Amino acid sequence: MAKITYIEHTGKEHVIEAPNGQTVMEAAVKHAVPGIDADCGGACACATCHVYVDPEWLAKTGEAGSMEQSMLDFANDVEDNSRLSCQIKVSDALDGLVVRLPKSQH
Amino acid sequence: MSTGEIKRVIIIGAGQAGGETAQRLRQAGFAGDITLIGEEPCPPYQRPPLSKAYLAGKIDMDRLLLRPANVYSEERIALLTSVKAVWIDRASKKVRIEGGRELPYDALVLATGARPRKLPLVGADLDGVHLFRTAADIDAIRPRFVAGAKLVVIGAGYIGLEVAAVARQTGLDVTVIETAVRPLARVTSPEVAGFFLDEHTRQGVRFLLGGQPAVIKGKERVTGVGLADGGELPADIVIAGIGVTPETTLAQHCGLTIENGIVTDAECRTSDPHIFAIGDCAARPMAHFDQRVCRLESVHNAVEGAKIVAGVLTGQAAHNVEAPWFWSDQYDLKLQIAGLFQGYDHVVFRGVMADRSFAAFYYKGDRLIAVDAVNRPGEYLGAKMLIQSGRTLPPDVIADETRPMKELVASAR
Repeated sequence: MAKITYIEHTGKEHVIEAPNGQTVMEAAVKHAVPGIDADCGGACACATCHVYVDPEWLAKTGEAGSMEQSMLDFANDVEDNSRLSCQIKVSDALDGLVVRLPKSQH
Repeated sequence: MSTGEIKRVIIIGAGQAGGETAQRLRQAGFAGDITLIGEEPCPPYQRPPLSKAYLAGKIDMDRLLLRPANVYSEERIALLTSVKAVWIDRASKKVRIEGGRELPYDALVLATGARPRKLPLVGADLDGVHLFRTAADIDAIRPRFVAGAKLVVIGAGYIGLEVAAVARQTGLDVTVIETAVRPLARVTSPEVAGFFLDEHTRQGVRFLLGGQPAVIKGKERVTGVGLADGGELPADIVIAGIGVTPETTLAQHCGLTIENGIVTDAECRTSDPHIFAIGDCAARPMAHFDQRVCRLESVHNAVEGAKIVAGVLTGQAAHNVEAPWFWSDQYDLKLQIAGLFQGYDHVVFRGVMADRSFAAFYYKGDRLIAVDAVNRPGEYLGAKMLIQSGRTLPPDVIADETRPMKELVASAR
């Protein structure tokens, strides 16, 4: 279980308790956090679950894999801390994670 | 129909298209009544994992659900499960459900999906012969979907091949029967089909191409598939993946225009301005393909329809539609598709098939119309952006692997 804070582009915060094994994307979608579209349901097929990982958490979330990185290359407003949230698995180690959402997923 | 008059929306069909419509209406600020009617016993769920992680037993029903079951009441969405809508009275704008209750609507959304085609064979009703559409179908398959079991898949489309891949990974003995001379005949080029045929063959799948199943054998349980040439394949499980028929019964009975699906305009409006149709059951003009009317069976199309209808019903500016996209996971291969390849006249490649990482770009004249990308997400997204923005690149340029895809896309006109 991990408490995750999603911060919308407008600054609005959503704090969600996510069970281990789910992804950061799934937890957001199941609680209708606006700003994560995740049209493909987590198959790493659509690049519409882009988030910015709070720099303090980058070591714990790890780096994007090569498939994910290739998808991110074509997302909007990509930064060094950009990830596809469908590729980040929730675990106890991520308790307290903060991610920020981009202005748009398309 | 001005949006102010819409107080009651009924959605028939609680699959991804119907579920997303309800959710997106609320997100767009619609405050009226929403009734979501579904024949299945559970809330809306994602179908793509059924032939992938769910069949493999890697995820459970909770993870398939689009939203947790409690969200519907929290958001005042009346979700009626295991309920069949039986009649639409267009004159008085009411939907009758099984049992006789009538529900009034101001706007009606048909998201009735599609029915899997049944095998037109004697023995198709035997125990152990399965269609592949709902979570219940897969729940019925799974107890016998174990290592060593003999599986015959009829139909080598994406569903059939995804099932074959999971089955091989689970240790089943797998034969795929396809009446056409190649797999994926309806959905991709001979080149890409050949790649998947080779891959499955290497993974131990046997193919009977140009095969003609004639009868399903067995007393109560299936024991085999008899072929037109007299041969017989032993089988513990038979799975049919021979395509779907759009579910248009209700629309037909109330006289809506139907032609390979319920015909709509670009706003998903049917021939009755108070009734919309979206998802697998509907055919609408494609913005990126000269307004050609297409019926697409995909997550993208389901979500797109939901976005369009939610926008129209809440009076928001027209939503920017995406180029069609699809995906299929088989073994460690991720196939990502953008655009519509039908009518292409030539195909060029980036990468080579032997590396299990390549993209096929389909052209009609000098216009890029589609891509099949295998383990090449950059090529997929790049081509999708080009198709969406109506740009193209000369075939010899796109095939030049010395230039990164991103740079090529930026240079396109």
